[in-house]
Amino acid sequence: MAKITLENVKKSYGKIDVIHGIDWEIRDGEFVVIVGPSGCGKSTLLRMIAGLESITSGDISIGDRVVNKLEPAERDIAMVFQNYALYPHMSVYKNMAYGLKIKKIPAYEIDRRVRDTAKLLEIEEYLDRQPRALSGGQRQRVAMGRAIVRQPSVFLFDEPLSNLDAKLRVQMRLEIKRLQENLGITSVYVTHDQVEAMTLGDRLAVLNAGYVEQLGTPIEIYERPETVFVAGFIGSPSMNLLAATISTDGTIAELAGGSKIALSQVQLPGQKVTFGIRPEHIKIGKTETSLSFTVAISELLGADTLVYGSLTGGTQLVIRLEGIRKLSEGEQLDIDFPHDLHHLFDGTSGKRL
Amino acid sequence: MIENRPFVTILAHTALVLGVLLVAFPIWITFVAATHEAARMTQVPLPLWPGDQFFVNLKQVMLKGVGGENATPVWLMMANSLLMAMMIAVGKIAISLLSAFAIVYFRFPFRMGFFWMIFITLMLPVEVRIFPTFKVVADLGMLNSYWGMTIPLIASATATFMFRQVFLTIPDEMLEAARVDGAGPMRFFKDILIPLSRTNIAALFVIMFIYGWNQYLWPLLITTETGYFTVVMGIKQMLEAAEQAPDWHLIMMTALLAMLPPIVVVLSMQKMFVKGLTETEK
Repeated sequence: MAKITLENVKKSYGKIDVIHGIDWEIRDGEFVVIVGPSGCGKSTLLRMIAGLESITSGDISIGDRVVNKLEPAERDIAMVFQNYALYPHMSVYKNMAYGLKIKKIPAYEIDRRVRDTAKLLEIEEYLDRQPRALSGGQRQRVAMGRAIVRQPSVFLFDEPLSNLDAKLRVQMRLEIKRLQENLGITSVYVTHDQVEAMTLGDRLAVLNAGYVEQLGTPIEIYERPETVFVAGFIGSPSMNLLAATISTDGTIAELAGGSKIALSQVQLPGQKVTFGIRPEHIKIGKTETSLSFTVAISELLGADTLVYGSLTGGTQLVIRLEGIRKLSEGEQLDIDFPHDLHHLFDGTSGKRL
Repeated sequence: MIENRPFVTILAHTALVLGVLLVAFPIWITFVAATHEAARMTQVPLPLWPGDQFFVNLKQVMLKGVGGENATPVWLMMANSLLMAMMIAVGKIAISLLSAFAIVYFRFPFRMGFFWMIFITLMLPVEVRIFPTFKVVADLGMLNSYWGMTIPLIASATATFMFRQVFLTIPDEMLEAARVDGAGPMRFFKDILIPLSRTNIAALFVIMFIYGWNQYLWPLLITTETGYFTVVMGIKQMLEAAEQAPDWHLIMMTALLAMLPPIVVVLSMQKMFVKGLTETEK
């Protein structure tokens, strides 16, 4: 077990900067999820921690050791790969034992550890099988087993669930959470799936184009996104982000189409802003401040209904309503944006106001 | 394709049977000739059914050889051929595996340059560079030695290229997983790469063994001492050495023996051979 410290970590391929200086401390035993769109550098960052990718500048420490120049095997880490990367010619047992064998751990100790881990993951009966005789979920377990058996101080997960079908993914997600809590090993988990990001991590890092946009607990990030990017990225369907201008007295945001939204607090008059509201926070019902909304399409998901449509003036919106609500095209609704649940971002920098 | 047309089936089978007969007939004649006495082989028509001299001829050929008192016994030629074929096959595989490993997994200056240099040697088989190669081997004092017979034939661009392609199909994560597990480059090579290219190695072994076994020109140039003669050369010498009519029954017996090892290799490694050339799943 160990903390991981990143100090001004940068990565460039030739002249192209991929990671622009990340400072970050992952506490001992913490489960951190790195989330971001494809190409944001999240896998690169993980592979730099693993030692599979060199660091252009800065320092990475695991525990109290700077590991910049150490080989992956010397960093006391274990990694679970997206495509599992099991050795196809070795049995499950040998796959799990391989790293220990190289470390020259005595055979009886290897045997004990492999069997204990297999028991923990319920893969005892497959120990003699070849990976090709296993299903995706079983392979995933073996890949986890290969990581656990090494008793590392850090686990690194590189999108480990993205090759599984939806049902298995939920099951394995819960299992990873449970295992990490029981073993208490510092873990870094990379994903592009926001459900995984929200449910797994103690803390979440949202990465965009090589910058950490925001770092915090999943709830903090959901409730108080620091930038427009984070606001749009976390949450499904994503937050409604509307271009608006603050009125001269600073109490009203005026949308492009002319609709006026009352604000909870006075803002800089005349400023260009992005007004954000989550689909699930929009209320229906006539009030003094309510706006008129025209339904275009509604999607019935069973537990809730997504309504797509526009305000007068043409601003597009998504609303999420609980339960099944049958709405037909062209139907008019009165909607309201609760004061305490909207977000305002600077119109040019995208930072939260 | 499943068809139920008797005429087509019969036609197909006839064609196949004829093809097999066409290929098998000379081998049958060889076998028949090897079972008769010398006298019978000079009479017309040539026999089409086996005689009773098979073991007599076998013993004569194996132990005494063909062509008088100082003839090389065929067992020695067979041993020479076997050693040469094995050295060439194993040597080619070892060198090609290592060079493909270097080219695929290491970043060194002029990496692609070296790859293309190896690739270009495809255009320079032994027959093309035979004089310079002979000169080099002679200057190194390797005439009349197994090294001289094999080393110039060992470097193989084909095999290097084939292993390169095999290694490129192995996902990068395999290397990364091995690095996380603490395997160094040679350990990765031995524990992961070689087992994963097992079938390809087998396929290449079959091809290269037969290539080595069938070498004629090169051993003919390099060896003058009869103790180094290979069986393929030997058969030719038997035809020339005899002052009287060639001992056809004994020559045919030698030819029959010379056919055996390649057949054994192909039959015993058939399954792996096919897998190695066709299997792509990793």
